Amino acid sequence: MKPAFDIELLIDDMAVHLRRMLDAAEIREPAIVGIRTGGVWIAERLRTMLQIAEPLGELNIAFYRDDFSRIGIHPTVEPSSLPFDVDNRDLILVDDILYTGRTIRAAMNEIFDYGRPRSIRLAVLFDRSGRELPIQADVVGAHLSLKPREHAKLTGPSPLNLEIHRTKSA
Amino acid sequence: MLRIRHGRLIDPASGHDGVADLWIDGGHIAAIGRAPKGAANAREINAKGLVVCPGFADPGSHLREPGHEHKATIASEARAAAAGGFTTVCCTPDTQPVLDNASVIEHITQRAVAAGAAQVVCLGALTVGLGGEVLAEMHALKAAGCVGVTNLGRAVKDTAVLMHALAYAASAELTVFLHPEDYWLARQGTMHEGAVSTRLGIPGIPAAAEVIAVHRDLTLLAEAGARAHFCKLSAGDSIKPIAEARKRGLPVTADVGIGNLCFTADDVGSFDANYHVRPPLRDARDRAALRRGVRQGGIDIIGAYHEPHDADAKAAPFGLTEPGVSTYDTFLSSLLQLVADGAFDLPTALAGASLAPHRLLGQPGGTLDVGAPADVCAFDPAVRWHVTPAALKSAGKNTPYLGQTLTGRVMFTLVGGRLVHQL
Amino acid sequence: MATPDIQLDAHGRLRHFLAIEGLPRALLIQILDQAERFAPVGDRAVKKVPLLRGKTVANLFFEPSTRTRTTFDLAAKRLSADVLNLNIEASSTKKGESLADTLRNLEAMQCDMFVVRHQVSGAADYIARQVAPHISVINGGDGRHEHPTQAMLDAFTIRRLKKSFDALRIAIVGDVAHSRVARSNIQALRTLGVPDLRVVGPKTLIPPGIEAMGVTVHDDLDEGISGADVVIMLRLQQERMQSALLPSAHEYFREYGLTAERLRGAAKDAIVMHPGPINRGVEIDSEVADGTQSVILQQVTYGIAVRMAVMSMAMGTQAQTGAA
Repeated sequence: MKPAFDIELLIDDMAVHLRRMLDAAEIREPAIVGIRTGGVWIAERLRTMLQIAEPLGELNIAFYRDDFSRIGIHPTVEPSSLPFDVDNRDLILVDDILYTGRTIRAAMNEIFDYGRPRSIRLAVLFDRSGRELPIQADVVGAHLSLKPREHAKLTGPSPLNLEIHRTKSA
Repeated sequence: MLRIRHGRLIDPASGHDGVADLWIDGGHIAAIGRAPKGAANAREINAKGLVVCPGFADPGSHLREPGHEHKATIASEARAAAAGGFTTVCCTPDTQPVLDNASVIEHITQRAVAAGAAQVVCLGALTVGLGGEVLAEMHALKAAGCVGVTNLGRAVKDTAVLMHALAYAASAELTVFLHPEDYWLARQGTMHEGAVSTRLGIPGIPAAAEVIAVHRDLTLLAEAGARAHFCKLSAGDSIKPIAEARKRGLPVTADVGIGNLCFTADDVGSFDANYHVRPPLRDARDRAALRRGVRQGGIDIIGAYHEPHDADAKAAPFGLTEPGVSTYDTFLSSLLQLVADGAFDLPTALAGASLAPHRLLGQPGGTLDVGAPADVCAFDPAVRWHVTPAALKSAGKNTPYLGQTLTGRVMFTLVGGRLVHQL
Repeated sequence: MATPDIQLDAHGRLRHFLAIEGLPRALLIQILDQAERFAPVGDRAVKKVPLLRGKTVANLFFEPSTRTRTTFDLAAKRLSADVLNLNIEASSTKKGESLADTLRNLEAMQCDMFVVRHQVSGAADYIARQVAPHISVINGGDGRHEHPTQAMLDAFTIRRLKKSFDALRIAIVGDVAHSRVARSNIQALRTLGVPDLRVVGPKTLIPPGIEAMGVTVHDDLDEGISGADVVIMLRLQQERMQSALLPSAHEYFREYGLTAERLRGAAKDAIVMHPGPINRGVEIDSEVADGTQSVILQQVTYGIAVRMAVMSMAMGTQAQTGAA
């Protein structure tokens, strides 16, 4: 099943919203951080559009997940990298799909282990139902309405595509 | 009168091997084959399909009493021995107190009689407290019934003391049971020095520790004129010097522990303490030489060297565990496995387990000759059994065979014509 | 008879880390890769990740060692675990039952992982077979047997600096006979595919049959390190410097001590490693230990990431087994 979204257009939109938000808050030197893997693809594009000088930050939240006791350690490869000083920085945190909110919780915990940012704004390409934590995005590309057994996944890096899978009844 | 019917009688002393009835009367062998006089009212035991042979004897086992009753008792081990086909076992002197005086022997004999199973004879200590310094009262030990003297594996470090002890034993006409091992080369080791000890990082005992002790002891024996028996050979290179000394007329014999015929250092695998024995299991070349030694006669006896332990003795990293295997229950199965593997034939195995050790201990059994004591064992060579702690009669459950299925079980054992074990 | 490898679970995942021997190459690579991910944590403001939060790691040291204990301690703390340090007098555990008692007590304190160092070979293996099934055991060095985390940090250091194991010439120099570091390194480097592995030392310090582990033996230092890409120097224990094994530290240094001049016989870009603590002027000259080819301090740093990797992998497997 392929929903009809022009993802590049949605990202353009997000950039416009973010620019407006940064200007309003008089933020001149923000840094942008993507959550691996999909969030990094989007953050890369946003960084170019917003002409952000600082290098891209990348978070791999495997060490901060709250399901270690159930699934052990993830055998993923790339570590996190925040190649700028986090202290007193205004950050834009980017992920592909906002679902339960647990990933964002883990990402914020990890960011604070690098330093104390002045602010964090959350930008996501898609917002879908099913939140388990009180976390909302500041900028959303589009809202997805999915049933509980439907799962969305972003494939990329180019072109970016949204895939929706349905799991068999439990 | 008792008639054991239709068994395959194997008597290594006479060379008899064939199906025949065995007649027992008054605690002695009365006849083989045709019924003797007064056979009309004989009780019968059916031995069809069984091998009937002289009961086994053992050149030295640790019965743990007095002093180590938390491991085993004379009663428990004499019964386990009988269930394993042994009619005579030989108690080692490392009791607490040490068997270096007559009073301990009395205690052991009383317990053995009360148990009413395998007979028990004793080895006395060569030196007081097995300390390797002061000679034990060997004349008194002999008078009390000791069949020999030994310092076990507690090496007499001082060669002068050893020479004197051998000379004194010679004048007391006692056989010295030697455990050849150079103290200094063996001091830190707990397994055979070789590729496995190197891989596991376990301090090793080189084969040379035994071989040089054999050479030293043979030289001293020639000087002292003593009769000696070399216990538990583990190194292939130990066999030849003993055989050559015997050719020169030296009164020496030798044995190998059943474990060293079955296993090698490879079986230690990753730190399996059930394979921690002393002297250690050596390599495949040594094992082949030991088997050849039994086959060709350089080694006279196959010893059980039963060492029952409590669970705690083996509950530690390999090097901190106590050495030894509980063997009475599995001895026959091991022997049959060796025969099946072609190590030697069945009559040779039975001679090494019965006839030769009886001679060493100066005991009259070990044969089915008419008039010999009716110390007899009958086993089923084909029955299979599963080794579980409960299946082991010995109080010591320390055997590497736990969990395995073995072939061959002793069905009944007679001591002096009396049934002491029946499965 | 081979005893079943208790280090791995039914899916081949690491449960205990007791010895390199028997572990597949893919798992060793996985440990190195995982360590690469933990390495940057040490450079951050907060040098900690919450992975093992709420878990308790007990350091059971039956043999004194400040250095190894400290790096395990640090690794556990960087994973946010609580750490219990126990120095257990060897004399009180000579008997099996008190060791068993110690273990039962620690289990009763609801520890999740034991890091064990013991002076007897096989101790970690024994403890792993004794503990309750939810507990992971990491070998911090058992007798002369193995020191597997040291081998992995050495492999990590070598991979970072030499990129690949495929064409390396590596010499391990010194007291191989009494060294658990040597044994673990030989097992690890063989498994990782090092084609030319040599041990170098006087005959008194080379154990018999070591060739069976896949090394060549040299008793001449110059010959042994000739063309080597990596030279691993072993520590010479104080008690062996003047003993029946060696006449003196002085003569040892003259024959087997690594000096700048002798190091010239190795490859031009050879690196020099040492598990520490080093005996300057005994096995290694200060000029080499402090020189540009020495990576001894990098080994210490990498040791923390490697231990984090091993601890989190084993604990993760145990957590899943427990939850299943």
